[in-house]
Amino acid sequence: MNLDSKIPAGPLAEKWDRHKFSCKLVNPSNKRKYDVIIVGTGLAGASAAASLAELGYNVKTFCFQDSPRRAHSIAAQGGINAAKNYRNDGDSVYRLFYDTVKGGDYRAREANVHRLAQVSVNIIDQCVAQGVPFAREYGGLLDNRSFGGAQVSRTFYAKGQTGQQLLLGAYSALNRMVGEGKVQSYTRHEMLELVMVDGQARGIIARDMVTGEIQRHSAHAVVLATGGYGNVFYLSTYARGSNSTAIWRSHKKGAYFGNPCFTQIHPTCIPVSGDHQSKLTLMSESLRNDGRIWVPKQKGDTRKPADIPEDDRDYYLERRYPSFGNLVPRDIASRAAKDMCDKGYGVGKTGLAVYLDFSDAIRRMGEKTVESKYGNLFDMYKQITGDNPYQTPMMIYPAVHYTMGGLWVDYNLMTTIPGLYATGEANFSDHGANRLGASALMQGLADGYFVLPYTIGDYLADIERKPIANDSPEFMEAEKVVKERLSKLLSIKGNKTVHQFHRELGLIMWNHCGMGRNEVGLKEGIEKIRGLRDEFWKNLLVPGSDLELNQNLEKAGRVADFLELGELMMVDALHRNESCGGHFREEYQTPENEALRDDENFAYVAAWEYKGDGQPHQLHKENLVFENVKLTQRSYK
Amino acid sequence: MTKFFEFLNSSVGRKWLMALTGLFLSLFLIVHVSGNLQLFKNDGGMAFNQYSVFMTTFPPIKIVSYLLHATILLHALNGFYLVIRNQKARPVKYASKKDTRSTSWASRNMGILGTVLMIFIVTHMINFWYQYKFGAMNWKTYVVEATTGKVVKEDMIPAADAATQNLQPVTMDYMGNTIIICKDLYAVVAEAFKNPAVVAFYVISMLALSYHLLHGFQSAFQTMGIRRKKFEGVIKGIGTFIFAILIPALFAAMPIFFLFVHK
Amino acid sequence: MSGNMNLTLKVWRQKNVKESGRFETYTAKNISPDMSFLEMLDEVNEDLIKGGKDPIAFDHDCREGICGMCSMYINGRAHGPVKGVTACQLHMRSFVDGDTITIEPWRAAAFPVLRDLVVDRTSFERIQQAGGYVSVNTGSAPDANAIPVPKDNADEAFNSAACIGCGACVAACVNSSAMLFLSAKVSQYALLPQGRVEAKRRVANMLKAHDDAGFGACTNTEACEAECPKGISVTNIGRLNREFAAASISGE
Repeated sequence: MNLDSKIPAGPLAEKWDRHKFSCKLVNPSNKRKYDVIIVGTGLAGASAAASLAELGYNVKTFCFQDSPRRAHSIAAQGGINAAKNYRNDGDSVYRLFYDTVKGGDYRAREANVHRLAQVSVNIIDQCVAQGVPFAREYGGLLDNRSFGGAQVSRTFYAKGQTGQQLLLGAYSALNRMVGEGKVQSYTRHEMLELVMVDGQARGIIARDMVTGEIQRHSAHAVVLATGGYGNVFYLSTYARGSNSTAIWRSHKKGAYFGNPCFTQIHPTCIPVSGDHQSKLTLMSESLRNDGRIWVPKQKGDTRKPADIPEDDRDYYLERRYPSFGNLVPRDIASRAAKDMCDKGYGVGKTGLAVYLDFSDAIRRMGEKTVESKYGNLFDMYKQITGDNPYQTPMMIYPAVHYTMGGLWVDYNLMTTIPGLYATGEANFSDHGANRLGASALMQGLADGYFVLPYTIGDYLADIERKPIANDSPEFMEAEKVVKERLSKLLSIKGNKTVHQFHRELGLIMWNHCGMGRNEVGLKEGIEKIRGLRDEFWKNLLVPGSDLELNQNLEKAGRVADFLELGELMMVDALHRNESCGGHFREEYQTPENEALRDDENFAYVAAWEYKGDGQPHQLHKENLVFENVKLTQRSYK
Repeated sequence: MTKFFEFLNSSVGRKWLMALTGLFLSLFLIVHVSGNLQLFKNDGGMAFNQYSVFMTTFPPIKIVSYLLHATILLHALNGFYLVIRNQKARPVKYASKKDTRSTSWASRNMGILGTVLMIFIVTHMINFWYQYKFGAMNWKTYVVEATTGKVVKEDMIPAADAATQNLQPVTMDYMGNTIIICKDLYAVVAEAFKNPAVVAFYVISMLALSYHLLHGFQSAFQTMGIRRKKFEGVIKGIGTFIFAILIPALFAAMPIFFLFVHK
Repeated sequence: MSGNMNLTLKVWRQKNVKESGRFETYTAKNISPDMSFLEMLDEVNEDLIKGGKDPIAFDHDCREGICGMCSMYINGRAHGPVKGVTACQLHMRSFVDGDTITIEPWRAAAFPVLRDLVVDRTSFERIQQAGGYVSVNTGSAPDANAIPVPKDNADEAFNSAACIGCGACVAACVNSSAMLFLSAKVSQYALLPQGRVEAKRRVANMLKAHDDAGFGACTNTEACEAECPKGISVTNIGRLNREFAAASISGE
């Protein structure tokens, strides 16, 4: 099958408008004859559900949490980008587009990114109208802050919980539609299989996580807005429940997986404290606005940070990247931290941490101002570590935070399965090989509010307007497969818990496919994952039954999928013989240890096709054409 | 009208009812305590007895008194309803002892305090109000010298005589003096409070009143949405010092006065 | 490791919403003070599973104090002994070796227990579906800076909107009232010009949903504010009462 990205013709700035005009429309009175299933209710899912229901479609939403509002978008702290140029500091749609393509290390589609930058301005309008309490200035107008990878202030924020406020906005719009009967909200439900009829996505099999009941839900289109798959690393800033089951099941039904190895490691997280650790906590990147990152110049300097004089400190980001300083993009900041720690300059008990110091900021602005800007983050740090960041520098270390990879989608956000869409972090997205801060929220909402509502109609207009039966042989077969898989997981009755397997998988992934990757390590990693997967299916212990609330059974299914996805990530990382963005192959670096891209051979999206269990994936390439941006070595010096 | 009943029947509407009736009753307490302060006067009960006549005969006051009785009933029944409803909101209780450091004892026990007060009010009304209205009471005559205001003569009219003569309370001028004839409630009060058990009951009830108002007064303002930050100090101050301390203390001082001081 | 603790746990176990539950006692051995409370429960569960027993079911997701999923009543307090944090952000350094810890689910008629410590909070959903929104369709919004909002109002609206919907206010309330939750939602919109337009409808409908769900009435004990992990103020409840009365008086 040939990959058709369906990028519209015409000049970059006009592509989206032209495309919107060329999309087929569904007559308002016919919209109610179409059912759409949306899996996942974060920013991308909730916004799409609300918008589609407002248009008149019948929508069903599914989330595994007890409320759509708890999706992990809620944890985003820093902000959301928009090219409003309220600051008069030279921002524009084109600059946001340019920054994002460059920040993504030239591995994103120009047309998608430009569309994202275009609709970014509408997002802010929409959110404000919904009552999202963004930070404001005394004049009553919106405030902005600056963020990594940009030299303009275009980030809108709501203290340290922009994600929660935006999600609550989308959730409120969704609630309104639930109240009006246009959306049926299924909470504590998990999608376990995609159902295809005649080669098109026509529904899902879901499990009621309270009763264990397996349900067949049919629709004319299915949207996956299930987020990223960073939990394959076990330790990450993801929510514990975040998983790849929906996208992986769909992948195995024919949806290609785009750039699976592109993982973002966030530079400012709280370091690991011990083996018991179940998750990592991110501290907003906004901290890098005023905090300064450093390590001692002396290896193994055991003095207290306050006792280390200025001359003995190495502010390595400011030294290596004078023009961006502490505000370099995430991949660079993370790799620099790892680099310093690998060389033996790391601090803390484990040596796997660097200092993030606010003493200058406190001197410059006063403790009060620092508290008003970052108080909640400081409190959180203190609660977790027991240290007071007003008195001693915080310690930070990078942690897995976001996956740029995901299901491959065309310009319409449709996957390679007709009728199956992927939005938000679940698709391979607009961020190329590295996402800029405050862009995830932007993309999730852009997809849900302003892209999908147009593009889904183009597909539905050609579909017959009669209900899809949910008892066709395809549905019955899918249901059977799901039930058998659950029984299989329960029947192994081995000796190791699902947590143990997950932890082992995470360690393999982190060591072999983490911030630094190389051929030998990846090949080793692939062997290890295969071994672990074999053991999983022989030695797993899941307590209880499938007809009850069974959290271990839920998790077992998710880890089973991670065990397959992890291998594909390594295969992808192994094939991409270059370094770009979050993908750093140690064999390919500049003399200054910067990522060395190979635009000649790798300026493409790697879209992987599943060919059956035990069969190698087949690689398809979508060549990236850059007509507007010149490919250069990224420089933040 | 249905809208109004919907309002009243909602959880917030019922709280408004609680707050408004509660504040009206608090207002009454001020009147009641200032009137009763005359018990402390050393005038053979004349001022107090006169005040009693005024309170039971002056038409506007009579209307207010019916309103008062209705308010007490409304406040109590509504409170009773809320307690039941709130109990039903948690059918299975917690096993662990609730950590109560963050809340006041009074706020958690308004129902119990209210029940104590209801028992008190019923007893109190049987003791005095019923007695005054329907009981067989002695009457009293005071002769007051108009120029000096001094009581020059007081006489007791036994209840039986008063009944046969069908006495009505009067105040009249007679030869430069004022003659006052009225029921001697003062004596009933003085007599009742000779009993230490009654005094104890009254003092405990006033303690309950104190706690009830300590929470209730400021809570009413919170219910009405008036207790904003800028007023919070003033409202809590008045609630604590006037309604929870001063008023119950003055009330409690009355039985104590008759038990220990008055002879 | 030195400083590690052994603890006794008394945990509410309940198979499902229909069966009645009981307390079971477990020991948690060698617990590091750096663990979070939920990580401690993870360890206990691993032991239970390996011992052939059913692990303790409890709700959790983000584990960074923002999703509002975790919900347990620890030693007589919603989210445990530390003020201003959720159970996932509670660390074992708040306990000492030898402690007995009682862990219960939220208790309220409107929050039926689904299993062990997991409760059903869809009553919160219904409250919000009844009016917790501004009726604005996607695409119809004016420019974000078209309507200035005084900073104080915006900040106050944010403080109300900081509610994470965990239900600790209900759990802590002697009356199982959800007034703090409800009033925070009502306040957020009441404070912003965007929300004023349908303020009257909103407050009436949301309060009705609150009452219909079986939550109790507020008696202003203010336990909710004290136990709220996000420090939502009872000032919101005052505002709700005001808004509701005004809506009832001025509506037809």
